[in-house]
Amino acid sequence: MAHAHAHGHKKRYTGIMDWITTVDHKKIGILYLFAGLFFFAIAGLEALFIRLQLAFPMNEVVSAQRFNELITMHGTTMLFLAALPILYGFFNYIIPLQIGARDVAFPFLNSLGFWTFFFGGILLNLGFLTGDGLPDSGWTAYAPLATEYSAGTGMDLYSIGLQLSGIGTLLGGLNFVVTIVNMRAPGMTLMRMPLFCWTAFITSILIVFAFSALAVGLLMISFDRLFGGNFFNSAAGGNEILWQHIFWIFGHPEVYILVLPAFGILSEVIPTFSRKRLFGYTSMVFATSIIGFLGFMVWAHHMFTVGMGAVANTMFAVATMLIAVPTGIKIFNWIFTMWKGQIRFTTANLFAIGFIPSFTMGGVTGVMLAMAASDYVFHDTYFVVAHFHYVIVGGTVHGIFAALFYWFPKMFGRTLNETLGKISFWLLVFGFNMTFFIQHWLGVIGMPRRVYTYLDGQPGWNEMNLVSTIGALLMGVAVILVVINIVITLLKPKNAPADPWEDGRTMEWAIPSPPPEYNFKQTPLVRGLDAWWVEKRAGNKEMTPAEPVGPIHMPNGSILPFIMSIGLFIAGIGFMYHTLWATVGGLGILVVCMILRSLIDDPGYHIEPEEIEGKGVKA
Amino acid sequence: MSHAHAEGNTIDHLERATLEGKNKILGFWIFLGAEMVIFGTLFAAHIGLRSELNGGVSGAEIFSLPIVAIMTALLLTSSMTSVLAIQAMHRHELKGVALWLGITVLLALGFLGLEIYEFVHYVHEYHFNIQQSPFSTTFYVLVGCHGTHVAIGIVWISLLIGQLFKKGLTVVTAPKVYVASLYWHFIDVVWVFIFTVVYLMGKVG
Amino acid sequence: MVKRWMKRLVPLMAMMVLFLTGCDFQLAGALAPKGPVAEKQLELILWSLIVMIVVLVVVFVLFFTAVFRFRRRRGQDHQIPEQIEGNHKLEATWTIIPIFLLFIMAVPTVALTFNLEEEAQAVEGQRVIKVVGKQFWWEFTYPEEGIVTAQEVYIPVGEKVVFELSSADVIHSFWIPQLGGKKDANPGSKTINYLYLQADEPGVYKGKCTELCGQSHALMDFKLIALEKDEYEAWVADMLETAEVTAETEVGAELFNQKCLTCHAIDPGMGSVGPNLNGFADRMYIGGFIDNNAENLAEWIKNPLDMKPGVTMPPFENDLTTDEIDEIVKYLQSLH
Repeated sequence: MAHAHAHGHKKRYTGIMDWITTVDHKKIGILYLFAGLFFFAIAGLEALFIRLQLAFPMNEVVSAQRFNELITMHGTTMLFLAALPILYGFFNYIIPLQIGARDVAFPFLNSLGFWTFFFGGILLNLGFLTGDGLPDSGWTAYAPLATEYSAGTGMDLYSIGLQLSGIGTLLGGLNFVVTIVNMRAPGMTLMRMPLFCWTAFITSILIVFAFSALAVGLLMISFDRLFGGNFFNSAAGGNEILWQHIFWIFGHPEVYILVLPAFGILSEVIPTFSRKRLFGYTSMVFATSIIGFLGFMVWAHHMFTVGMGAVANTMFAVATMLIAVPTGIKIFNWIFTMWKGQIRFTTANLFAIGFIPSFTMGGVTGVMLAMAASDYVFHDTYFVVAHFHYVIVGGTVHGIFAALFYWFPKMFGRTLNETLGKISFWLLVFGFNMTFFIQHWLGVIGMPRRVYTYLDGQPGWNEMNLVSTIGALLMGVAVILVVINIVITLLKPKNAPADPWEDGRTMEWAIPSPPPEYNFKQTPLVRGLDAWWVEKRAGNKEMTPAEPVGPIHMPNGSILPFIMSIGLFIAGIGFMYHTLWATVGGLGILVVCMILRSLIDDPGYHIEPEEIEGKGVKA
Repeated sequence: MSHAHAEGNTIDHLERATLEGKNKILGFWIFLGAEMVIFGTLFAAHIGLRSELNGGVSGAEIFSLPIVAIMTALLLTSSMTSVLAIQAMHRHELKGVALWLGITVLLALGFLGLEIYEFVHYVHEYHFNIQQSPFSTTFYVLVGCHGTHVAIGIVWISLLIGQLFKKGLTVVTAPKVYVASLYWHFIDVVWVFIFTVVYLMGKVG
Repeated sequence: MVKRWMKRLVPLMAMMVLFLTGCDFQLAGALAPKGPVAEKQLELILWSLIVMIVVLVVVFVLFFTAVFRFRRRRGQDHQIPEQIEGNHKLEATWTIIPIFLLFIMAVPTVALTFNLEEEAQAVEGQRVIKVVGKQFWWEFTYPEEGIVTAQEVYIPVGEKVVFELSSADVIHSFWIPQLGGKKDANPGSKTINYLYLQADEPGVYKGKCTELCGQSHALMDFKLIALEKDEYEAWVADMLETAEVTAETEVGAELFNQKCLTCHAIDPGMGSVGPNLNGFADRMYIGGFIDNNAENLAEWIKNPLDMKPGVTMPPFENDLTTDEIDEIVKYLQSLH
């Protein structure tokens, strides 16, 4: 494999500068994880205020306007700034390790992706600081409420902040696709790739196509709001339904973007703690691909009540129901992975197997919602709120916590406290069911979504809403316990072995915890599915190498991604407030940085064999 | 492990000689996939809304097919010259690459100049601006998005020409040139659709 | 041993408790249908629920069996269980059976969806009531009878009604849970919707807006009142009569004409920016949810925004004195 002639020098940064300039997938993964957890906490607080307001009828904890801002921010923050970034944290850290690579395909772009996401998230939340209004039209931002009937800059923060943060997500998705296609270690055919990487691959393809559609939709909202455009202005002949189509063509794949990685995480954790290989690997790969594909064909099931007609409604209903089949296949495959295994109930595994009943409950209400004529009853009621929280909390959040407990020792060199972890798990499961189960009922007896309060005297509403609020408080406690767990664990010394769960099956468990800068001394040779398990069964203590020990080429860090993101942030503010110098200045910073990046060749540096610990294995 | 030598003829396709090069090319194809969704969505919005004139002018009234035809000829030719640039690159002829890329840029400047003239003319003659109607909004956002892409391409390719003179044709610069020409072809294909769907169908419609 | 079982039972019991908290067995809304549309939709929901519960039971039984039976036991640390790649028979089973289950749910879904749409589009000779959603109230127009009213829509029992839905501003959604599912009320002339409903029993039915439409989305309630045919005719006749202005209400009427008429018509057949107030004294609520009495009405006129955030109606506390407001209230309470 040829590489560039020039040998560069390592740029040495320390402390905060190290983290701001890093292009190392492991550090960027940690940045994503903590940024995501930060936004998760904010969105969680927003949820608590929502439930506090709804604990009693005609309550006055927050005003109607503030409530609409809270539900908008809760949804937007959770989905775009918390769930996906945390998953990106795991993608970033783990995928190169699982495929035997030293980094992702585009380390610089990786950093750029993080910082644009981060500054986009700050922009989206800027309303908390400026007092000029927060986004308030729901995370779905239906026109014309979001365009003509939402005064102030709140919805501009939404359209521009999300645009910026979306760029980061797109760059990340692109990166993972190329990494998985081009950078697998020798011997790792696609069908020997860990399922976590498969789900990451399909998810990344979905991201590339879905977020692009969202980007256009947000652009249209910006044009209507800032430049007098007529996309959604029905008085001028525009069509507000167009927004819904564009949004949901993004929005439906988005929910698969959120859940497929959780499927992947489960497919790692459950086999490890059952000591058995994943049941039906091939059908898992196909099922994931079908879900990804079908995910683009069903968007209008969010629009059954819009008036598209019976033909459209039934077509989308049937397509949506079909997705239950590959999803069901996966559920059974996980159960049968455990079947005749030796299950160990670590916290990671509790979250992983806890996913199965909870997500299945969410899945079945999803099938009920898919039936168009029934959806006329369910749509925009608390039944839908119950459904999606069951699949997101019961699904994605369970997956995230499973991944956190599973990969924490690999990423940070210490294992999270198991006792505290198990308490958190049970509290979360109890609290989450208490919060959301009742909401199925509330929806069907008549409680719409996105209501800042409800009238007194409606039978059962007061009690059910109160129970739901108490459940939410329990969930809050569970999350706080996880945060405490992280903090106290990080204060402990690093003592985790390479394979702390002892039954690791994939290659990340073959290298130290945490791994060295370069991941693998020598690129490993993959001899089968569950490459590390194969080596262990053959009696080896290390992966069989695919190359001799040699100098390792590493990329240098760069401050440019950080500065480019700030430039875009400034330009975004310039657009919102129609301030020319900010717009031009911000974009100017961006362009200059891009030119510098292209003109200045930085060939990175090499780590010489003498610097690498241990002598390595003869290839 | 062999190293690439820029002056030798051992490697036909410099752009694919390294892993970085291969990654860049694959990555760019994925990016073009995203761009297809972006333009596809803009086309869908335009097709859906172009009959809504809000009392303003229609495409049939204002489009000047002769000018648009010249613009098309310029852009299509520039796509061809970019192909010639890549062929020169595969023959390791630096001067040839620079020449053909330079002509590409000049043709693109001609295209862009005419497009700017077109927009200014519409605004002055017909008050045809973004605010006039859904037709005008979708027209400017779609065609303007394409024009912005052309402008970015012009800056990009010009900078590449400069880099080529400074650094020569290497395994580092070759992927950049290749990817830029992929971009340029994509822009050209989008224009073919714009010419057909927006201008031709608009004029007839 | 006991400790181990306690460890398992306690979480299990806790789960059951919280499931039971959902069981405040109040059948209301869509669970207490009062018309053919709601009944058919509830049937479909219950059918899907049964099928889905069967699925859940199967999954839960398999799941809990696996989790309990295959826990790692002492002494197993050095045994590796058999690494099973898959089982084609099983995989075929749990592919084919779900497809079959989907089929038996999809068929009635398609049938009912088409049926409801056909009924809604067949407006020839049907009773059509025009509904316009506005931030944050509902305007109802009866084209045949020549009545424009607001917040309370009257229909005769046992007859099919088609609601023509649209909006004057943002997207709203029109839902009467006990009579059937909802449909959106869209702005723009190209996106008008038709919703077929029918009430088979007389009564007052709650209606709700079900699409976030601004600050008072939660308070955009309306009522549908179903009356026996003769009572319905009586209501129509009553609405077509305008209330007489008496000596008592003279002052109020005059003030009303000066201050309120620009937005609130009282002519039975006229639409207006704000709700038509003909027959206002008979309405149960002010603003859709506030008890209609003198005290509340005075508060409303003084500052409606205090009671219903974001409404278009401006406050009059600086424009009118308390006495003037009382006069207007008296007048409004005479509008039978």
